Amino acid sequence: MPDFTPTEMMTIAAARALSNEDVCFVGIGAPSAACNVARLTHAPDVTLIYESGTIGTAPDVLPLSIGDGELCETAVATVSVPEMFRYWLQGGRISIGFLGAAQLDRFGNINTTVIGDYNKPKVRLPGGGGAPEIATSCQEVYITMKQSTRGMVEKIDFFTSFGHGEGGNDRERLGITTKGPTLLITDLAVWKPDPVTKEFTVVSMHPGVTREQVQETCGWKVRFADNVEETPPPTELELKTLRDLQARTEKAHGGKKEA
Amino acid sequence: MAKFQSLKEAVAENLRDGDTVAFEGFTHLIPHAAAHEVIRQGRKDLTLIRMTPDIIYDQMIGMGLAKKVIFSYAGNPGVGLLRRMRDAIENGWPRAIETVEHSHAAMANAYEAGAAGLPCAVFRGYRGAGLKEVNPAIKSVTCPFTGEELAAVPAHRPDVTFIHAQKANRRGDVLVEGIIGVQKEAVLAAKRAIVTVEEIVDDFEGLHPNLCVLPHWTITSIVHVPGGAHPSYTHGYYDRDNAAYLEWDKISADRDLFTQWMKDNVLAVGSEAFAARVKGM
Repeated sequence: MPDFTPTEMMTIAAARALSNEDVCFVGIGAPSAACNVARLTHAPDVTLIYESGTIGTAPDVLPLSIGDGELCETAVATVSVPEMFRYWLQGGRISIGFLGAAQLDRFGNINTTVIGDYNKPKVRLPGGGGAPEIATSCQEVYITMKQSTRGMVEKIDFFTSFGHGEGGNDRERLGITTKGPTLLITDLAVWKPDPVTKEFTVVSMHPGVTREQVQETCGWKVRFADNVEETPPPTELELKTLRDLQARTEKAHGGKKEA
Repeated sequence: MAKFQSLKEAVAENLRDGDTVAFEGFTHLIPHAAAHEVIRQGRKDLTLIRMTPDIIYDQMIGMGLAKKVIFSYAGNPGVGLLRRMRDAIENGWPRAIETVEHSHAAMANAYEAGAAGLPCAVFRGYRGAGLKEVNPAIKSVTCPFTGEELAAVPAHRPDVTFIHAQKANRRGDVLVEGIIGVQKEAVLAAKRAIVTVEEIVDDFEGLHPNLCVLPHWTITSIVHVPGGAHPSYTHGYYDRDNAAYLEWDKISADRDLFTQWMKDNVLAVGSEAFAARVKGM
């Protein structure tokens, strides 16, 4: 088994969740790395869409921003931003929305807006961008983030994008017909919502990770599935693909890297 | 009819204190040179509309030009937070600003409604989202045919929209290509539109008929500013200056450093400085 970091395991586990048939709305950062690793390994035909309007893009390096020129140069089509949000996202043509989060709760609700009170914020974060509608218009939502007690909290400060609310059938109650968050991939584990309560439950832990580590880095009391599996470690090909992609990215952006 | 003029004249003639103004460009083609001219002319009490405020609005807010900002994502793309905008929101420096926050879908729809001459935009959005509770401009309407409840937001109708584009021809028609963002909608929604361009060509002969072209009679003023999007990029001309975005994170972290940088790089120079900034990019 090759050596790998928890972040590499997270990215690769997230990449595995995508298939050739998926049409994926890609968030910047960790989701972008995972989606492109999928495209460069087992899912060469996956359709990657960035909110700048690029459809079916195949960048050689990871974009630093959502609208880097390479996304457009390698895309099947580039459409305007209103068209992207109206025809493609709202029109129900996206199967997976892949999001990161600053704050997340056990029901997959995400906050990227403020820490503290909205009108008197302790920290003003960038805000939602496309996320509020990605979370409700994509057929499913995958979330990827590193675990920390600051990030995975009992109660988020602001509902930037809606996951399962307070659980159960909260989405239906609000007239949302899509599935919402169905997968959470962290640097330690893979989580899926309980079919009834919709609370994220650990279904698989990455090699070498203990239950204590998962709990220590999570702000709510963690639920584990009856059968917690071990995530298969990264293969040589997956690791090489990710590392080559990151090396190309670093070179292209002049020594800077994205998460 | 589009006038060909200097940036100084275009801003002086078209933008007034208290105006509502949009600068658009989605990562690509951000009209930095135009924003710097507005800063040099010291316009006050502006309501700024932009989906992704990024560096240009950080600079305008930090220099005290803005009274209100209408936006959907306030970050330095790929880098982090907007420190001058945060300082204004969290500490009221150099002045307090009012914020009206939307999602990207709402902003894009609001520009499109403005371009279409409608009073509001209707879309499927904001379900379960907290912005509904803090932004009174987010309302809902019921579809008269299906009974579905949909989100409604007011149309954007800026007094002035600024964009940057690849080319204008001698008549003043404007060509935009690559990631075209919401530029077309932002221009058509506005009362007056000012376009800075990389190049002025004789005509658009031989170009594909479906390219995004804004006819000259939709544009108020055209200004030739090579490099005018820097540190953003112009597809076909120069790449994004990613190092400048990273550097901004440091410059904007400190009030004094920021003020000095603005003096040296904006107040003391003119729009002709942009051409040199993209040499070799």
